Amino acid sequence: MNSSLLRISALIAKESRQILRDPSSILIAFVLPAILLMLFGYGINMDAQHVPLGVALESDAPAAQRLMQTFNATRYFEITTAADRRELTPLLTEGKVRGLIVIPGDFANRLATGSSPVLVITDGSETNTANFVRNYSAGVLNIWQYSEAAQLGQQHLPPVQAETRFWYNPEQLSRNNLIPGSIAVIMAIVGTLLTSLVVAREWERGTMEALLSTPVTPFELLISKAVPYFVLGFCSLLGAVAVVVFIFQVPYRGSLFALTLAGGTFLLCALGQGLLISTATKNQFVASQAALVSGFLPAFLLSGFIFDINSMPWLIRQLTHIIPARYLVTNLQTLFLVGDIWAVILPNILFLLIIAALFLRLTLRKTPSRLEHH
Amino acid sequence: MFSRLLALLIKELLAALKDPKARVVLIVPPIVQTLLFAFAVTLEVSNMTVAVYDRDHGYWSQQLIAHVAASQTFTEVLSVNNSAQLEQVLDEQKAIAVLSFAQDFSKNITAQNPAQVQILLDGRKSNSAQIVAGYLQQIIEDFNRSIKPPMQGQALLVERHWFNPNLNFKWFTLPSLVAILSTLVALLVTAMSVAREREMGTFEQLLVSPLRPTEILIGKASAALLIAMVEASVIFVVARVVFQVPFEGSLLLLYGSMAIFLLSIIGIGLFISSLSMTQQQGILGAFTFMAPAVVLSGFATPIENMPDWLQQVTAANPLRWFLVIVRGLFLKGMPAADVLENCWPMLLIAVVTLSAAAILFRKRME
Repeated sequence: MNSSLLRISALIAKESRQILRDPSSILIAFVLPAILLMLFGYGINMDAQHVPLGVALESDAPAAQRLMQTFNATRYFEITTAADRRELTPLLTEGKVRGLIVIPGDFANRLATGSSPVLVITDGSETNTANFVRNYSAGVLNIWQYSEAAQLGQQHLPPVQAETRFWYNPEQLSRNNLIPGSIAVIMAIVGTLLTSLVVAREWERGTMEALLSTPVTPFELLISKAVPYFVLGFCSLLGAVAVVVFIFQVPYRGSLFALTLAGGTFLLCALGQGLLISTATKNQFVASQAALVSGFLPAFLLSGFIFDINSMPWLIRQLTHIIPARYLVTNLQTLFLVGDIWAVILPNILFLLIIAALFLRLTLRKTPSRLEHH
Repeated sequence: MFSRLLALLIKELLAALKDPKARVVLIVPPIVQTLLFAFAVTLEVSNMTVAVYDRDHGYWSQQLIAHVAASQTFTEVLSVNNSAQLEQVLDEQKAIAVLSFAQDFSKNITAQNPAQVQILLDGRKSNSAQIVAGYLQQIIEDFNRSIKPPMQGQALLVERHWFNPNLNFKWFTLPSLVAILSTLVALLVTAMSVAREREMGTFEQLLVSPLRPTEILIGKASAALLIAMVEASVIFVVARVVFQVPFEGSLLLLYGSMAIFLLSIIGIGLFISSLSMTQQQGILGAFTFMAPAVVLSGFATPIENMPDWLQQVTAANPLRWFLVIVRGLFLKGMPAADVLENCWPMLLIAVVTLSAAAILFRKRME
């Protein structure tokens, strides 16, 4: 046992020296995440503001004017007005406006006798923006309705009024959940990429044969490869969290202990995935390609980072259970915005441990314990 | 000259397609990705759980809860009995929203006083939460209309969604995939092609052949163009036949603008290729271009939402322009003038990237 520890520490020293000597690991661990974080942080934003909107004011009644003013007052829309909807419809086809509000010519007459329709036409080709335009137009109409009712009397209000509150993120800033989520996607790439080349490199350079001829066991080899990259990956994760808190000003409400657990277990998975790829392919080129495809795409699409897992079809929902990034996205969103909610975090950590064990077990099985004849 | 180019084209096509591993890489992932993306990429909201905290237990609160339970969006309605439980269901993500009724909810409706209901949402999932808030408000609007027909002075929202009447998200995703996946293919074919020749030692053979550098590049570019166009057509057919996405525009405009778009991508790919000494550098270079190109294309989130300086940067991204064209042609039947307006920036990018690739390639050949 004692000699085993000695061998492991010697191998760790060798691996660490290799990391420090080769700038590519440092690039992958610190420069790549910094660039990706900036890209995601500024480039991905769901908070629509100043959405261009056309208002066709076909009625010149004061109530219609006031409705148009209400649309004009909100920061969510940038208004273009016209007296006829036909002037605005070409803008919708060109994509110059994302929606049209039509206040019909008989607006005032119909209001006097009962109710009048207000038409909202959206650009359905931008599906999410169309939803936004519809919902915020309904909100604007409500505001107008209240101020009109203040003049007409309360019985003109609808019977039930809803008051909406967004917990944990009262200003509904999408960056507050997208940026913590993007850390998970970035760490999935970084972790997988870091280790995907290390075993393949030994094979390509012919040093694997040298290692196999020593008394080193596959388990010792694996540990010595994993430990230095774990330390490197963890520093990278802490750096990313620091950038998100101090530069992007996203609040962090959890504890450092929970972050260590959530991040550490995830890194075990990502590094394990990389080691498995590296061991199975024995080829740096194939390994880096496999790492990018298996690390980046599933983490981007199937982790719930942008696209909600609940809304996916059943089969794909089941598939997401084997994507480690999925658990880190939920854990980070919870730690950043809510706090240490162990009922959410612990089961996720458990799943991560299972996946990590699976990856490491498979890697071990794929590592030959000695040289074989070809 | 033409026979030489034709021979080169055939050689490049063989080089890309003859190796069974490379063939699999080019054919299988785009099809798997098309299906995976089409189903997974959705900002629609479904299968949601909502909780109710009903302190009223009256007739009207039960009615409104029944309306919510009947909605397609919500598959489960939990009920909570105190504020501690309410906090717990939101904290632990057991429900995305809680409807909280005050004790006097039904009494107020009966007395014709305004009745309040609170919608509390999980802001961790801000996009889904906003959409859920919109749905719940819509349900409440319908509920209002059902219990009290609008009196004098009420404006009613009537919604119409042009180009995509049911706001089907797949109609948004699939046209975008034609652009994104053909970008990926064009980039993969070109980014490693020079480095591969170098690693395999066939680069020297090209050098001693009577071919001029420009001809070699034209050969590589046209092979990549052909392969990417075929892939794009496969995805186009999948979108039309499997997912029944309408195509309102002109095919001629689609293929014309696609050729310009792919040439601009191929220019970038060949540039990366001439720059990199190994295939590995080539693939990393391709990824370095691909990730920002997708994020800054308006595919995942609209360009209008980005800060101004970043919006300026997206102008240099050919994918951004082509996405407007494919979506426009698929759903809006975009007229030729609008297509051309989005074509010239791509043409400009294509000229710049192709000539940069040519200059660099010629330098490397010497």
